[in-house]
Amino acid sequence: MRVIQHPILHFQRGREIKFTFNGRELTGYEGETIAAALHASGVRALGHSPRLNRPRGFFCATGNCSSCLMKVNGIANVRVCITPLQEGAVVEVQKGKGDILATD
Amino acid sequence: MLKKTKVPAFYEHKNGLPHAERMLQGPFALIECYQRIPCDPCQYACPREAIKTFQDINDLPEIDYDRCNGCGRCLSKCPGLAIVIIDSTFSLQEGLVKIPFEFLPLPVAGDVVEALNREGRVVCRARVLKVENAQWQDRTPVIWLTVPKEHVLDVRNLRLIQGDERDGGRYNCLPL
Amino acid sequence: MRCKRERVIFLQQTEIAVVGGGPAGLAAALEAVKMGCQVTLIDRHAFLGGQLVKQTHKFFGSSKQYAGIRGIDIAKRLAGDLDSGPGKVSLELNTTVLGYYDDGVLLVEKDERVSPLFPERIIVATGAMEKMLLFRNNDLPGVYGAGAVQTLMNLYGVVPGCRVLMIGAGNIGLIVSYQLLQAGVEVAAIVEGDTRIGGYLVHAAKVQRSGIPIYTSHTILEATGENCVEGAVICQVDEKWQPLAGTEREIAVDVICLAVGLTPLTELLRQAGCEMYYVPELGGYVPLRDENMQTTLPHIFVAGDAAGVEEASIAMVEGKIAGISAAGSLRSCTKIDGLLEACRQELHELRAGDTGDKSRRGLEKLRKTMEKRKYAEKDESTGLLRA
Repeated sequence: MRVIQHPILHFQRGREIKFTFNGRELTGYEGETIAAALHASGVRALGHSPRLNRPRGFFCATGNCSSCLMKVNGIANVRVCITPLQEGAVVEVQKGKGDILATD
Repeated sequence: MLKKTKVPAFYEHKNGLPHAERMLQGPFALIECYQRIPCDPCQYACPREAIKTFQDINDLPEIDYDRCNGCGRCLSKCPGLAIVIIDSTFSLQEGLVKIPFEFLPLPVAGDVVEALNREGRVVCRARVLKVENAQWQDRTPVIWLTVPKEHVLDVRNLRLIQGDERDGGRYNCLPL
Repeated sequence: MRCKRERVIFLQQTEIAVVGGGPAGLAAALEAVKMGCQVTLIDRHAFLGGQLVKQTHKFFGSSKQYAGIRGIDIAKRLAGDLDSGPGKVSLELNTTVLGYYDDGVLLVEKDERVSPLFPERIIVATGAMEKMLLFRNNDLPGVYGAGAVQTLMNLYGVVPGCRVLMIGAGNIGLIVSYQLLQAGVEVAAIVEGDTRIGGYLVHAAKVQRSGIPIYTSHTILEATGENCVEGAVICQVDEKWQPLAGTEREIAVDVICLAVGLTPLTELLRQAGCEMYYVPELGGYVPLRDENMQTTLPHIFVAGDAAGVEEASIAMVEGKIAGISAAGSLRSCTKIDGLLEACRQELHELRAGDTGDKSRRGLEKLRKTMEKRKYAEKDESTGLLRA
């Protein structure tokens, strides 16, 4: 859900960018964060808590709370609320605490 | 009362009203600002210097109703959007209310809209006479509404009549 | 053997490092540069302005604090002043200060590389972060901080959901509710635990005339939904904020927005060893500091929400004070006392209103603590026994 018209703001969106979320192709815009692009496509559950496996979304959107950790291009524990979206990004829900040694 | 859950009741803002005679002499500004907060742009907004000079930035605004001619310059300058213009001399049956309105879609002159009170309840229908949206207003347009005279002290907001096709459509609302 | 060039780390020096490019940090950097100091302004985001960049409303205060201008435009002005200013500020965006070393070195990270920075003075203007609230299922996706809702909606133009329950009727809760309406999002209600609305009544009036009810003496008990928020259970509370049985009701919403206060981001100050003091009126632990915004470590200054959560207009004036004081400790200037006194007068006026009582109480606690500390220091220096 994106704001098309706003009484105060004018959103200048960058070029369209394609990326994948759990293998599904989605589009976002250059200049926005991964979390914003996912949210615009209706994806709000970004991961699961490591111990109780409860769904997790973002909370602070400013890189403080670490509620939005995901696997991006094979790297675990990326704070998607402050990470800019890049063309072809492979975004995945990570398992548990994520494998920090993974190099895939 | 004012600070609890409710909007200011009539007795709470009647102190800000000019006396009855002045109200019948033509348009005037009414500032619904009843709390000492650090804010002073209104005192510089009036070209006729009808808003009395503050001694302290937290002063409540006070209007000299001999000077105020209801021009409405102050409406878009108030950060709290707390000022309205009331003219109960507009016509025999109708009064004119000018309100700041920062939402989309903007109504256009000639529209009939629902007029809302301070609690957002519909009090009557209103006709849009004019929409002022100049650059100096910095995206705080002012809408001129004509309403039955008995409602001029209640009308503070508007909404398009339900089913107006311009409403909605501001964003793509995909179900989550 | 040759050392890889990229591994060589140079120690960068600067006169004043300002950590945080929000209203306080920008104001501090501007003042310090005006006084001829070399300033490095560091912010972890890609843009300057901090929270200002999401504030679509016209600001309160006086013209000295840009009253009547929208927050988004104040951010542009301040950043523009920095560009066109008399001196040079070296701007380090996308850069995070990771920590402070005892020898006064800051470790900064940019593009996954760390380097040391050695400033003679440090101004910490790191801002604040959202507080959390305890209720069942408060971890469900869809429970967002008010700042996050603003970021999503006003920075990226993405709406947080279709129908929002706002928790908190302070200025942030009221303003964000209004901004949600402007973005075309429905606001079901505003819930406030206190018996009265905490924010400015003119902000409350703006949302009330759009038909949004404000329920005071109410709280949220539970978020409902499986994978995301689908509703909220709210109830009335008594004067001790305890839920009243039988008053529960469920509201269908897909977003629960928390505007229950902010807490200062003071990790850096604490780690550096600045003395901290718990002042709930200012949002939690704040650094002890004097009226020149100098902390208990003489070369570290603080400004804005990091010094205690208040309004943005106050953050700007505190920034000015910190900038002038820090620069004044490096350069002698006869005007300093006058400049500082004018700023303190501004602060006094901004805090004198009906809604400033909380700040005033908190600051009084800080002042008393500082005074006690001064006496204690004196006692130590004279070798007298303390009572």
